[in-house]
Amino acid sequence: MIPELGHFALVLALGVALIQVFVPAYGVWKRDPRALAVATSAAQTQALLVFFAFGCLTWSFVYSDFSVAYVAANSNLELPMVYRVTAVWGAHEGSLLLWVAILGGWTLAVSIFNRRLPADITATALAVLGTVSVGFLLFMLLTSNPFDRLFPVPLDGKDLNPLLQDPGMVIHPPMLYMGYVGFSVAFAFAIAALVSGRLDSAWARWTRPWTTTAWLFMTLGITLGSWWAYHVLGWGGWWFWDPVENASFMPWLVGTALIHSLAVTEKRGLLKSWTVLLAILAFGLSLLGTFLVRSGVIVSVHAFASDPARGVFILGFLTIILGASFLLYAWRAPKLASEGEMTLFSREGLLLINNVFLVVASASVLLGTLYPLLVDALALGKISVGPPYFNAVFLPLFAPLVLMVGVAATVPWKRAKLSEIVRHLRMPLIIAIAAAIVVPLYIHGHAPVAVIAGGFLGFWAIVTAAQEIWRRMRAKTTLSAGLLGVPRGVWGMSLAHFGLGVWALGVTFVSSYSVEKDVRLSPGQSIDLSGYEFRFDGVEPHVGPNYDSDYGTVTIEHHGEVVATVHPEKRLYRATQQMMTEAAVDHTPLRDIYVALGEPLSEDASHTGDWALRLYYKPMMRLVWLGGAFMVLGGLLAATDRRYRLTRAAEANFAKNSAVV
Amino acid sequence: MTKRQKRMAAIAALLVGLSLAAALGFTAFRKNMMYFYTPSDLLAGTSKVGAKLRLGGLVERGSVKRGEGLSVDFILADCVHSLPVHYEGILPDLFREGQGIVATGSMQANGAFKADEVLAKHDENYMPPQVADALKVQDGKHACAPFKSVNKVEAAK
Repeated sequence: MIPELGHFALVLALGVALIQVFVPAYGVWKRDPRALAVATSAAQTQALLVFFAFGCLTWSFVYSDFSVAYVAANSNLELPMVYRVTAVWGAHEGSLLLWVAILGGWTLAVSIFNRRLPADITATALAVLGTVSVGFLLFMLLTSNPFDRLFPVPLDGKDLNPLLQDPGMVIHPPMLYMGYVGFSVAFAFAIAALVSGRLDSAWARWTRPWTTTAWLFMTLGITLGSWWAYHVLGWGGWWFWDPVENASFMPWLVGTALIHSLAVTEKRGLLKSWTVLLAILAFGLSLLGTFLVRSGVIVSVHAFASDPARGVFILGFLTIILGASFLLYAWRAPKLASEGEMTLFSREGLLLINNVFLVVASASVLLGTLYPLLVDALALGKISVGPPYFNAVFLPLFAPLVLMVGVAATVPWKRAKLSEIVRHLRMPLIIAIAAAIVVPLYIHGHAPVAVIAGGFLGFWAIVTAAQEIWRRMRAKTTLSAGLLGVPRGVWGMSLAHFGLGVWALGVTFVSSYSVEKDVRLSPGQSIDLSGYEFRFDGVEPHVGPNYDSDYGTVTIEHHGEVVATVHPEKRLYRATQQMMTEAAVDHTPLRDIYVALGEPLSEDASHTGDWALRLYYKPMMRLVWLGGAFMVLGGLLAATDRRYRLTRAAEANFAKNSAVV
Repeated sequence: MTKRQKRMAAIAALLVGLSLAAALGFTAFRKNMMYFYTPSDLLAGTSKVGAKLRLGGLVERGSVKRGEGLSVDFILADCVHSLPVHYEGILPDLFREGQGIVATGSMQANGAFKADEVLAKHDENYMPPQVADALKVQDGKHACAPFKSVNKVEAAK
């Protein structure tokens, strides 16, 4: 019964979404305020219906209703409760429902917080969001209904993919989807600007917090995904340039460009059509990411579905949405003339260069991700493009970006004086160079050129970000007045740039000083790695809630003292008969020690003989994710800046402009 | 400089920068592209000794032999031919006899394949699509049932 209600709610939601598209569109066309007003109520009804459907599916999981095919395929009576709830988005159908539910959430938020906007802008934006919703609801109902029944009803389910039974997986997909889907709001506003032909700093001011919020969720999602891969995949890597990772990284890069170009559009009224184009691209890449991940055209952990009908549907949808947007853009964008001149050596000029670099970086990732698919589709052979390509292209694009981050905050809008900039940045430059040489030498005793260069970039971003805060605080008399006097937006920017520096430092140290060793050890045997003594104490059988495991014990000593005792595991999930490596990590802020069980090498079934072990020593590994965390925090502060709560004056001004048009 | 000259200079600089980036990108791309082969392709001699490539196929049952330390030898087969593979390191969780895998590495002068990396994917009935495609015949079905056939395939000498 409950699943049928959920299914019914989805069908109703589709109907309401259609109303949400067509009635406001008619209202915009005929300038009919009653039709415009429908947008808000339709959007809210649609969102509630989708939430209800999501609740129904969750209910089916919690009560293990195996008559629902999706539940039977992804749950099990032995599955712990927390994973039953997260199993809702553990595979294709449910993750689509999550997508639509999150879209409903964003739509609801737009309909609530944008009451003060002109009715036609709100209505157009909601109609655009409704269109996206119609597409995904149709997709779900036609090709991948999560509420499909299964007869005869199985006694037990097949269990959730063991890779997904991890705390990181509990929150990674919702956060990432918040980001993906969040860009739909910026997209909807961009379309509304094109349709109405009005794009001014008020538009930028109300688009900015939405975009920043989507960006911060995306950053969080990517960071969590990286952390999850590190712990669960058992390879000890934090980024693989896997097509699915790339699928989330491309919109992130373009989204980052977008939040920067929005700043120019708000402050200087420049780069208008470029900003609109970025908003369309960011959402287009989000859709492309969904297509890549969901259609099964690429092989990865995430590719649940390999049904060609699904791929064709998403590709068709992508073509329609992007095609229509680009047509509209080609037709209307020339109207969005920018006000004023732009010189290259100014804050807006540097932000434009930053945008060029970010977009080129995104394009190079796109090339490496799509080219193998294209070659395959044209039957020219099968190729793969490895991480060396991405690293080789990415490094020269990213280094100048980090350099500019340090300069940009000091360079004023409109026109900058070189001598003044040099005077400002002299001290940070000296500090960053000194730190880049001293820190690696102090910790590791040797400093290759690559580390000094990478370390310099990291310290440069960190020091200049701190200097920006310091410069603004110095004017105030007391420390607390100084700290409070800095606007949130500036705090946000500085923290995010600080995070970029921390991240760059982490990446530099991890990639230069990591020591990795695969070894064969018998119980009681030890081995030395980078000054740490690893003693393998053997494995014991262990019974978990829905798996059996070989539970290993490894004692780590440093200078004769025991630093840690870790327990890497090899699990065999009973329902799926899948093997999983659960790595054990001992970490301090300055280093990670990573131990994973490879495989038993002796023939006996008790697995008490020799084992293959993977031992890693990774300095500063935590900084990679800490950098991401700082960026998220920065985004949070920037999105909640007081300026964005529209002042009466700005509103009145906008209403006046609208009346003239 | 006049405004027009300035603008032309900016555009020229942009073009130079973009073409430089494109050149770098394509060089990196060419260097790091790896083609996918099956054992039959390799035995037909379509690749050079030492060139980096990906090899896909099924692990022949009963062929996995462990050596000293972490070294392991096994035979990788498609439906027609098979090839000895040597690897030093930890095999992935889903590596099993009869399972489809993809190995990255290069051919050696002695006719064996030396793998630097072995990938197996996540479901035991699952073959990497590249392997599945390579084993397909005209009617769209597998040339032979993936797991049974491997037992019967004899090493091509």
